[in-house]
Amino acid sequence: MHKLNPEEIRKDFPIFKQRIQDNRLVYLDNGATTQKPMQVINAINNYNQNSHGNPHRGAHQLSIRATEEYDLAKEKVRKFINARYIEEIIFTRNTTESINLIAYSCGKKLINKGDEIVLAISEHHSNILPWQRLVKENGGILKYIYLNEEGRISPEEIKRKITDRTKIVSIAHMSNVLGTIHPIEEIIDHAHKMGSIVVIDGAQSTPHMKIDIQKLDADLFVFSGHKMLGPMGIGVLYGKKEILEDMPPFLMGGDMIEYVYEQEATFAPLPYKFEAGTQNVEGAVGLGAAIDYLEKIGLDRIENHEKMLTEYALDRMLSLPYVSIQGPKDLEMRGGLISFTIDDIHPHDIATILDSYGVAIRAGHHCAQPLMRYLDVPATSRISFYLYNTKEDVDLFVEGIKNVRKWLGYGS
Amino acid sequence: MDLNSIYSQLIMEHNKSGHNKRHLPNPDITEKGHNPSCGDDITLELKLNGDIIENASFTGVGCAISQASTSMMIDLIKGITIEEALTLVKTFIGMIKKEIEDEKELEKLQDALVLQNISNMPARVKCAVLAWHTLKEALSDK
Repeated sequence: MHKLNPEEIRKDFPIFKQRIQDNRLVYLDNGATTQKPMQVINAINNYNQNSHGNPHRGAHQLSIRATEEYDLAKEKVRKFINARYIEEIIFTRNTTESINLIAYSCGKKLINKGDEIVLAISEHHSNILPWQRLVKENGGILKYIYLNEEGRISPEEIKRKITDRTKIVSIAHMSNVLGTIHPIEEIIDHAHKMGSIVVIDGAQSTPHMKIDIQKLDADLFVFSGHKMLGPMGIGVLYGKKEILEDMPPFLMGGDMIEYVYEQEATFAPLPYKFEAGTQNVEGAVGLGAAIDYLEKIGLDRIENHEKMLTEYALDRMLSLPYVSIQGPKDLEMRGGLISFTIDDIHPHDIATILDSYGVAIRAGHHCAQPLMRYLDVPATSRISFYLYNTKEDVDLFVEGIKNVRKWLGYGS
Repeated sequence: MDLNSIYSQLIMEHNKSGHNKRHLPNPDITEKGHNPSCGDDITLELKLNGDIIENASFTGVGCAISQASTSMMIDLIKGITIEEALTLVKTFIGMIKKEIEDEKELEKLQDALVLQNISNMPARVKCAVLAWHTLKEALSDK
């Protein structure tokens, strides 16, 4: 496998042509959202210029073309995660909407008083709040898998928390704060033995590593388009056919029905049952083009490239005595996302000062307040890589960190 | 953006000095303020004598901007009336929102005047106004 060339890749991304106050734009906030290559921007433009119509409705040319484009994008997603059937792919707005759909539809059906739902303490708020509402309305108990000092989930903790009382396990594949890749194969295997279904939040993993959904055997799997070079407003819910068929609809409205009478209705088959109202066709087209782009480069090469950058960044950061890393310090089972703190300096000051050098990072609690409380830190700073980042980006970031210390009156 | 105008000497001094960062013995009012998006979390403590703010302090964590802004505010409100303090809150928030630009009026903010540049940094406005909103909340039913 030959290495990818990030400087060549950057040329496909018009956003990197700009300078930030005469500095190179060092974009290290890919965990929040990613940039778009021309191929994605052009695909969306082409659709809008040539094929825009309301899909699944009209008999005219444009409606037919829009339907074809929408279905083609869905087929690309199916192949991308190796799902068995195209009906197992539901388009949503994003990961948050996908989880809300599951909690509302599947959760309401499955959870009764005394039933347990198991999450990890590191979950994003989007994988906590829908479940909190569910247990408040239906009864049921929320339980949390805790992490060890390295930010990892131990096999003992999996067995302790997931028991025969567990009905649903919902867990992120990769932590958006710590970068840890959780042992979801073990979790899925044990949960299935206990008779529980498993929801995997793949928002942080799907853009960066090859997902084989049949091999993983997750019952439900969700992710967002805008974290993998696609546009905002398009997300994916994958579900095993037999599970989705059992789930009642989430949103009610046009396009998801079979027959509608004055007092009742019957619903369309999968996947339309879960896609009420006019869908985001240009978003789907953009996501399809993003998948084409990622597959042309190769997910394995992207993963390797990010691993190299993470190793390099960890090495340089750990050599600075005032920097602390939150989460695993080795490369084993971790993705290209690093949370850190700097002695005496609040993350927001770090982000503001780095921004003045053209370095874009994230600072705050990363929508994971329970984890922040568990780690006993008020906030952290976070860098996250993608295929267009370079070692030069890491160098500029590390130089920036040294300047942060100087600006706030500490020797470097 | 000129970092010098944000991380000025005065802001750095207030951020580091901590002369207002402590607990008061038996405060009359304790009010928590929180910026949920960034994790700034402060608690104001006030000691009242009639309608005079006799003493004030704060505890908590936050960025240099929020910490300095809180410290500057406490310097200003010690020994003045509740009404005067609420007027200063109005002036400060008016300055940050760019609604008050009259120099004479803004002078009353003393040290806190250096935070005027924050009004050009939308991402940091919340840090600067946290303490002032918290004070307003604390005094609202007095």
